[in-house]
Amino acid sequence: MLRLERRPNPSRFWLYATPPVAVVLTMIAGGLLFAAMGKDPVAVIRTIFWEPLFGDFAFYLRGQLLVKAGPLILIAIGLAMGFRAGIWNIGAEGQYIMGAICGAAVGLAVYPTESRLIFPVMVLAGALGGWAWAMIPAILRTRFNTNEILVSLMLVYVAETILAKAATGFLRNPDGMGFPGSRNFSSYPAAANAELFAGSGLHWGGVTAVFVALAAHVLLRHHVLGYQIRLAGQAPRAARFHGVDPTRLVIFCMGLSGALAGLAGLFEVAGPAGQISIDFNSGYGFTAIIVAFLGRLNPLGIVLAGLLMALTYVGGEMASTNMGLPAAAIQVFQGMLLFFLLGVDVLTNYRIRPVKGAR
Amino acid sequence: MKRRHLLASAAAGLALAFAGAAQAQMDKVKACFVYVGPIGDGGWTYQHHQGALDVQKAFGDKVEIAWQESVPEGADAERVMTQMALSGCNIIFATSFGYMDAVNAVAAKFPNVKFEHATGFKREHPNVSTYNARFYEGRAVQGTIAGRMTKTNKIGYIASYPIPEVIMGINSYFLHARKVNPDVELSVVWAFTWFDPAKEADAARALIDQGVDVIASHTDSTAPLAEAAKTGGKVIGFGQASDMAEYKPTPRVSSIIDNWGPYYVKRVGALLDGTYEQADAWEGIAGGEVLIGEITEAVPPEVKAEAEAMRDAIAAGTYHPFTGPINKQDGTPWLAEGEVAPDGDLLGMDFYIEGIKGEIPR
Repeated sequence: MLRLERRPNPSRFWLYATPPVAVVLTMIAGGLLFAAMGKDPVAVIRTIFWEPLFGDFAFYLRGQLLVKAGPLILIAIGLAMGFRAGIWNIGAEGQYIMGAICGAAVGLAVYPTESRLIFPVMVLAGALGGWAWAMIPAILRTRFNTNEILVSLMLVYVAETILAKAATGFLRNPDGMGFPGSRNFSSYPAAANAELFAGSGLHWGGVTAVFVALAAHVLLRHHVLGYQIRLAGQAPRAARFHGVDPTRLVIFCMGLSGALAGLAGLFEVAGPAGQISIDFNSGYGFTAIIVAFLGRLNPLGIVLAGLLMALTYVGGEMASTNMGLPAAAIQVFQGMLLFFLLGVDVLTNYRIRPVKGAR
Repeated sequence: MKRRHLLASAAAGLALAFAGAAQAQMDKVKACFVYVGPIGDGGWTYQHHQGALDVQKAFGDKVEIAWQESVPEGADAERVMTQMALSGCNIIFATSFGYMDAVNAVAAKFPNVKFEHATGFKREHPNVSTYNARFYEGRAVQGTIAGRMTKTNKIGYIASYPIPEVIMGINSYFLHARKVNPDVELSVVWAFTWFDPAKEADAARALIDQGVDVIASHTDSTAPLAEAAKTGGKVIGFGQASDMAEYKPTPRVSSIIDNWGPYYVKRVGALLDGTYEQADAWEGIAGGEVLIGEITEAVPPEVKAEAEAMRDAIAAGTYHPFTGPINKQDGTPWLAEGEVAPDGDLLGMDFYIEGIKGEIPR
C-alpha cells in the first residue's frame, strides 16, 4: 500500500518538474487514445507538437501560434494574480467580451475618421470595459460577501447576451444588408490592430502580453503588493495581521484581471477576429484558467504555457484535418493536460510513502 | 511587406502546383470541408458530412476528402482554411454563415483554390461561390402541419440568429400555419447559437411552459425533440436539417432534410472535368436539396395529404410559399395579390409578416 504524506515544505523540484511530466504523461495517454482510434499515435503526436513549429507550413503556423497564445497569456497573467491571493475570477470570458465591445464601440463611433489617437483610445476603452465588468463581482464580494466564482461566471452569460445585442443591434454594420456583425476593422486602418510585421502573426496584443508578463513578474517579486498577494493566498490570517486589506486586494486583483481580459478582447476584435460578431468569443477566457495553472501561476511560466496551449490548438487542428481525427479527440487530449497537471501536482505538497504491514 | 509577399507567392505556388491551371481538367481533387459543429450533432453538420461522403462515393480514388469539425467563426476559421489551402485542398466548402469574411480573406490569398460558402452572400473574389437551399419551402409544409395539429393554437419556433435565412423560415412557417388555422399564435425564442443542446432544450422547455404544442427549430441538435418527447405525446416537433428518425413517429412527425450531396458532387465533378465556374446556387425542393422527411402516422391522413400536396406543388413550381397578398408586421403591404416574392427580398429579409407578435432582436 502507498499513502500520501504532507511535505513540510512544497518541493521545489516537483514545482518545476510537474508541467513537463504532465506533458509527457499526456502524450502517452493521448497516444493510447489515438491508437485505440486506429491512428498512428506517433504520427498524431508529431503532427501536434512538431509540424506547427518545424513542418512544411511552419512559416505560416508559427505566426498563428502567437495569434492564439497572445490573448491566452494576457488573460492568464491577470487571473494568476488573483488565484495566488485566493480570489477566483472565473468570468474572464465575459470581461474579454465586454472589453471587445467597449473598445470596438469607440472605434466604430468615430468611423471613418483617420487619427493616430483612435487605436490607443480604443485600447484604453477595452481595458476599462473589462475592468468595469470585473468590478461587479468584486464589489458584490467586498460589500455583500457574495461568491465571486458564481457571480463572475454568471456574468459571462450576461456578456454573451450583450454581445448578441451588439452584433445584431447597436454595433451592427449599417452597410451589412441587415446581417448581424459590425464593420470589419481590417478595412479601417486607424482602428485596426494589424500585424506589426506582415506574416509574423505578431500584433500589439502579443507585445502587450510580453510586457505584462515582465511587469507582473517584477510586481510579484519586488513590490509590496506582490508580497501581499502571495501572503494572502498562503496565510490569510497572517496577511491580516500584516495589515493586508482584503477589500483592497480583491478590488485590485479582480480589476487587474478584468482589465487584462478586456485588453485581450480589444486586441482580438480589432485584429485577428476583425469584427464584433455574435460568436466572437471562442473560449479564451476559460482556456486561460488552464494556462494559468499550467504556468504555475508564475507570469513567465504562463508565457510558456500559453505557447504550449496554442501549439495543441494549432497542431491539434492539423492532426484533425490531415488525419481525420474528430475534434472531440483533440479536446480530450487538451483536457488530459490539465488532468495530469493537477494529478502530478499532488507531489509538490505531498510525498508517496509505502505503508508497512497491513494497515 | 516582403514577408507577406513571400507568403502569398509561396501559397500561390503551392496551390498552383496542386491545382494546375485554373480551368484545366484535373486528375485528382482534394475537397475539404469546414464544419461549425461536431459531425455527431445529428443535424446541420451531420448532413454536410453526408454530402462530403457522397462526393467520396461518387468519385472514389479521384477525390480525397478532409474535414475539420467545430471550427469557431472568426480568426480560427481563417487559420483552418489557410491550413487547408496550404496543405493542398483544391476546393474548400465552408459550411456556416459566420465564415463569410474569413472565406473571402483566405480566398484572396489563394486564387487557385475554389471556395464554396454555404448560406452567405459575399463573393468578393472570382474563386468564391455561395450556395444555399430554399429551406423556407420546407417550412411551408411544416407550417401547414403545425396549423392543423395544434390543439392549444400556440406554435413555437426556436430560432438561432436574426439573419434573413432564419427570418424567412419563421415567416413561411407562420404564414402557412395561419392559412389553415386563423387562430394560431406563434412564439419565437432566440437561442443565439447554432449548436448548444442545453440552450436548445431550455428554449423548448420555455415554449412548452407557455402552452406551445408544436415546435419547429432552426438550430442543429436533437435537443428540442428530446424535450418534446418528455411530454408524453402532447407536444410534437420536426426533424431539422437531418431526418432525426429516432424520434419517429412522435414527437418528430416530419422533417426538413438538407441534402447537400448532389450539389457537392456537381461542384467537385465540375472541378475534375474543367467546367467549374463561380456560382450562386439556391435550389429547393424541386432541385432535391430540400427533402421533406416521412410524415408519420401521428398526423391524420387528411393533414398528411394536404402537406404532401403543398410539397408537390412547390416541387412542380405551381406554388411559391411567399405569394401575395402579404403584409409586413406593421401592416404595410409587402406583396400584392398574386405577386411572388423576388429572391432579393427573401435574401435580405429583415421583417416579420403581419400577425407575428414580438420583435426581431436588433
